[in-house]
Amino acid sequence: MQTPHSHPPADPNAQGVGARVLRKEDARHLHGKGNFVADMSLPELCEVAFLRSPLAHARIVSARRPATGSERVVLREDMADALDIVADSTLPTYQSSAQPPLAAGKVRFVGEPVAMVFARTRAEAEDLAEQVELEYDELPVYADAETSRAATGERIHAQWRDNTFVTLHADKDFEAHAAQASLVVRREVSLARQCMVPMEGKAVLAYWDHQADQLVVVSATQVPHMIRTVLAQCLGLDQGRVRVISPDVGGAFGYKCVLQQEELCVAWLAKTHRKPFRYIEDRREHLIAGANTREHSYQMTAYADARGRLLALDARITIDGGAYSVWPFTIGLEPGQAVGNLPGPYAFRGYRCVTECVATNKPGFVPYRGVARTGVCFAMELTLDAIARAVGREPWEVRLENLVPASAMPYVNVANKHFDSGDYPASLVKARDMIGVEAVRRRQGETRADGRLVGVGFATYTEQSAHGTSVFASWGTPVIPGFDSAAVRMTPDGGLEIRVGVHSHGQGMETTFAQIAHEILGVDIGLIKLVHGDTGQTPFSTGTYASRSLVMSGGAVARACKALAPRILHIGAHLLGATPDAAVLAGGRIVVGDRSVPVAEVAQAWYLRPDRLPADVDAAGLEVTTGFKPKVDTGAFTYATHAVTVAVDPETGHVDILDYVIVEDCGTMINPMVVEGQTYGGVAQGIGTALYEETPYDRNGQPLASTLADYMLPGATEVPAMRIHHFETPSPHTEFGAKGMGEGGAIAPPAAIFNAVNDALRPLGAEVSRTPLTPRRLLEAIEAAQVVDNRKAA
Amino acid sequence: MKAASFDYQRPATLKDALRALVDGGGAAKVMGGGQSLGPMLNLRLTRPKQVVDVSALAELRQVAAEGDQLRIGAAVTHAEIEDGVHPLLRDGLLQSVAGGIAYRAIRNRGTLGGSLAHADPAADWVLTMAALGAQIEIASATGMRRVPMERFMQGAYTTDLADGELLAAVLVPRLGPAARWGYFKFCRKTGEFAEASCAAVFDPSRKLARIVLGALDGAPQALPALAAQVARDAAMPSRDTLRSAVAAALPAKDAVDRKLMVAAVERCLHQIFVPELST
Repeated sequence: MQTPHSHPPADPNAQGVGARVLRKEDARHLHGKGNFVADMSLPELCEVAFLRSPLAHARIVSARRPATGSERVVLREDMADALDIVADSTLPTYQSSAQPPLAAGKVRFVGEPVAMVFARTRAEAEDLAEQVELEYDELPVYADAETSRAATGERIHAQWRDNTFVTLHADKDFEAHAAQASLVVRREVSLARQCMVPMEGKAVLAYWDHQADQLVVVSATQVPHMIRTVLAQCLGLDQGRVRVISPDVGGAFGYKCVLQQEELCVAWLAKTHRKPFRYIEDRREHLIAGANTREHSYQMTAYADARGRLLALDARITIDGGAYSVWPFTIGLEPGQAVGNLPGPYAFRGYRCVTECVATNKPGFVPYRGVARTGVCFAMELTLDAIARAVGREPWEVRLENLVPASAMPYVNVANKHFDSGDYPASLVKARDMIGVEAVRRRQGETRADGRLVGVGFATYTEQSAHGTSVFASWGTPVIPGFDSAAVRMTPDGGLEIRVGVHSHGQGMETTFAQIAHEILGVDIGLIKLVHGDTGQTPFSTGTYASRSLVMSGGAVARACKALAPRILHIGAHLLGATPDAAVLAGGRIVVGDRSVPVAEVAQAWYLRPDRLPADVDAAGLEVTTGFKPKVDTGAFTYATHAVTVAVDPETGHVDILDYVIVEDCGTMINPMVVEGQTYGGVAQGIGTALYEETPYDRNGQPLASTLADYMLPGATEVPAMRIHHFETPSPHTEFGAKGMGEGGAIAPPAAIFNAVNDALRPLGAEVSRTPLTPRRLLEAIEAAQVVDNRKAA
Repeated sequence: MKAASFDYQRPATLKDALRALVDGGGAAKVMGGGQSLGPMLNLRLTRPKQVVDVSALAELRQVAAEGDQLRIGAAVTHAEIEDGVHPLLRDGLLQSVAGGIAYRAIRNRGTLGGSLAHADPAADWVLTMAALGAQIEIASATGMRRVPMERFMQGAYTTDLADGELLAAVLVPRLGPAARWGYFKFCRKTGEFAEASCAAVFDPSRKLARIVLGALDGAPQALPALAAQVARDAAMPSRDTLRSAVAAALPAKDAVDRKLMVAAVERCLHQIFVPELST
C-alpha cells in the first residue's frame, strides 16, 4: 500500500542523510529470525513464575511454603542481600517510596509480586506458585486519586505525611494577564488508566558467566547501561561484575526504560545460585500489573479575548501515580512534564498551574510514549476548541491566533521551554488544507442517509526531544543524561563497526546510524554494522527514551566519523603519493586529482600492510570513541499538527475515522520512511488511547480488564491509512539539524479525534471529554444533552 | 498463563470419544477447535483431567439434507462454512454469519458444535440457531437425543449437556425460496464479541417468523409479538415500535443498552426491508 507522503525518493540508490533506505533490521524480523529472550536456550535453564497479590492494599500476615519444592520458593526475607528499588528526587514536596523486589510487610496493588518460584518449565513453576499459601489482613483501599488524597487511614507508605507523591506549581504573571480577559472558558477533561501493551512483555534471562566471573543479565530493556549500574548497586556487586545485554526487543514504549522488580529478582536468582533463570511476562500479568499509565485529570480555566486569543491559563492537574515511584525517572517526571508542557506551542503569557501526583493502590506509574504530553495536549486542545465555539470562530482560526509564529523563534514560552526553530502556524495551515475543512463544512450541511454526523478536529503540539543535563538536573533524578558516546572502528576490509550505548528496538537505528556514517565517510551501508544493547561491547549512554537516540548517539556517531575522516585521508593520500591537503574523501574513495583509492585499501594498509603507512601515521589508527551533546541542551523541539475527520453514529456511539492527516517537522530527516513508520505507530497507539484502551478499577482496587477480551486494542481495521507531509526546519544545535520524533505520533490523536467528535456532535449540543471514547460514553453525552434540551424546551 | 497438567486424547471414532467421556467421569472435557477451551485452560479457569479432542471425528464433520432440514456435524468449522466448502451451506444466512465470527485464525479451528456447547451469550451461532429454531442433536453412550435450541441453552455458559454427553450435530430448517433474513451485530471493533445483536428470519412457506436479540446476559431472547407484526405487515416497523418492543423485552437494561439494541434490530430489519441502507 502506498501511503501518500511528501518527500518521495529522489535517487533510489542514495544511502546518506535524507534517503528512504529500507531498514536493515527488517529482514530478520520478517523472517522470524529475531533474537528475543524467549527464543534463547541454555543448559539447566529454569523458568520463573511470580505469585502476585490478589488484593490492592493489605498486610501480609503469613506465608507458608509447600512441603515439596520449598527450596524453589523465594520470599523477600530470603533476599536479604538485595536492596529495595528507591528513586529519590530533589523536587520540593517529593516523598520517596521504596519498592521491594518482592512485597514485604504489605502489598500495595493487585498484581504486586509477593513470591517467586522456579522450575524446569513455566507450567510447573505456576503449579508450585499455587501451593504457596499467603494470608492477608486487608487495609483501606485507595482506588482513585480523590479517595487517596483525602485519606485518613493507613497511608500507602506508612511514614508519609499524606498519600501525595509530589505537588508542583507554576505561576507566571497570571493575575495581570487574566485581568484583561473578556471571556472565561472552563473545561474538565480526563484520561483513563491504561497499559502500554508492547507485543513482547517484560523478558529477562540471567546467568553467571564463570569465565568472566560476571553476572550476565539478558533483558528486554531500553536502557542497558543504567540497568547494569542499578543492578550492581542493588545486589552489592562491583559494576564491572555485571553485564547487561538487551537483545532484540518486541516493543518497549517506556515500559522498559525503568528498573523492573522482575529484573532485580531474576538477577538475584542467578547471582545466588550461579545458574541460568528466565522470566517471561505473560499478557495477563501485563494487563494486571502493567496498568500503569496515562491516568490524568484536568480542570482548565482559560482567560481569552473576544477573538479567542488566550491571555492566561489556570489549570489544576491530578495524576494517579499508583503505588511506587520508578527508577530512575521517578514519578516526578510525569507531573514535571505536565506542568511544563501544558502551554504547548502557544504564545500566551499568563500561567498558573498546580499539578498533584497522588499515590494509589495501583501499579506504579511508568512514562509511556509521549509521557504527559498526550494528556496536556488533550486538555489544551479541547479547551482551545471550546474557546473557538464560545467566540464563534473556526478552531483552526483560533489556533492561528495563538500559535507562536515563526518570526518569534527562538522563543521562550511561559513555561520556560526554549523553542529552537520551526513554523507552527504553517503546519496548521497545511493540515487544514490537506484535511479539507471547507469540504467538511459543506458535508455537515447535508443530511446523510445513514444518519451519521461528520466532524473535523485539529491538534498541534511540540515534542521536546533529546533534552539533556540541565533539564534532568532540575528534576533531581538519580541518573542524569550527559554525553552519549559512540565508538566507530573501520574493519580490515573497509567496513565500519559502530558501537553505541543506546538500544534500537523499532527506531531503525541500525539503518539510520549507518546512513549518518555513510554521509560522512562514503562507506556502503551494507558494510556498516551497528552494535548496541550490550554493556560489555558498547560505550556508555543512559539509553533510549525521551526521543533522544538519534540526536545524542547519532550525533556522537557523526562526530566520531568526522574524527576518523582526516586519518583516512592521511593514509590514503600517502598511498597515492600526495599530501593530505591535496586529497578529498568522495564516494567511499580517497581522491587526488584524477587518481583514487578505495577506503578498503586504507584499512588494509593499517591492519595488514603497515609497511605501506606514512611515517607520521596517527597511532590511534582507524578507531575513534567520542562523546557528544548539543551545545544547547534544553531540547530540540519537533512539532506537528494532526487533523482528523470522523463520522459519528449517534444511534450506536460508534466513531469511524474517515481521514487522518499529519504535518510534522522533526528538522532534517535522516530517513523519511523511518520518520513515517514511527509516526504511524505512535498514531495507532494514540487511537488506542482515544477510543479503546482502558483498565477500569473497582472500589476495592481490582482491575476489571485482565484479558484481551476486555482490554480493547486497535487492530488493522481500526487504524486508518494516514496522509503525512513533512517540513524540515533544521535544529540550530544538532548534527545535521535533526531532532527526535519518536513519541509525537502518540501525543496528538486523542485531542484531534475528540475535537473532531465534538465538532460532529455540535448540532446535538453534546460534548465528550474523557478517554477512551467508548460507545457508551458517547451515547451518554448525547443523552445528557437531550435532557438539557428537554429541560430548556419545557 | 500455562494450563494445569491434563491428559489429551484424540479418538478416531465417535464411539471411542463417548467411551473416553464415560471413563473420565465428570473430569473429562470435550474439545472442538479449542478456541474457547484453550484460553480457559491457560487461564486455569477449568482443570479437566482429560481433554477429548473430537475435531477429527469424521462422523461429526458431515453435512447432509434430511427432508426439510439440514444436518450439520458439530465439528464443521466456521471457516468451512464461510468458504462454502459444503454446497448445502452456501449463499444463505449461515455462510453470511460464519464470515463474521471473530477473526479468520479463530474461524480456521473453531467449530459450530463447540461454539454452541460453550454457550457464550455473545456468540454468533447461539443467536443464529435460536433465530432458525434449530434442533441440537446430543450423543451419549446410551444413544442420541434431540433438544430444541431454546431449551438447549439455559443461560450464560450453561447448556442441557450432561456428563458423558457431547453435541453431535445441529439440525436447521431448509428455508424456502421466499424466505428473508437479516443479521446484525454491533462490535466495538471488528472481530470482537458483540455488544448487541439481532437475527431475523421470515419464511412464509414454513410459517416461520422470528426476531431474536443476542449478546444479552444469558440465552438469546425472542420478540414474538414484533415478529408477528412484521410478518403480517411485511414492512419495516417504525423506530418507536422497535423502542417499545425492546423496552418491554429488556426492562432491566439502561437507556444506553436499549438504544444499542434498538439500533441492532433496526439494522437487522433494514437488510430485509430497506437494503439500500445496509452496507
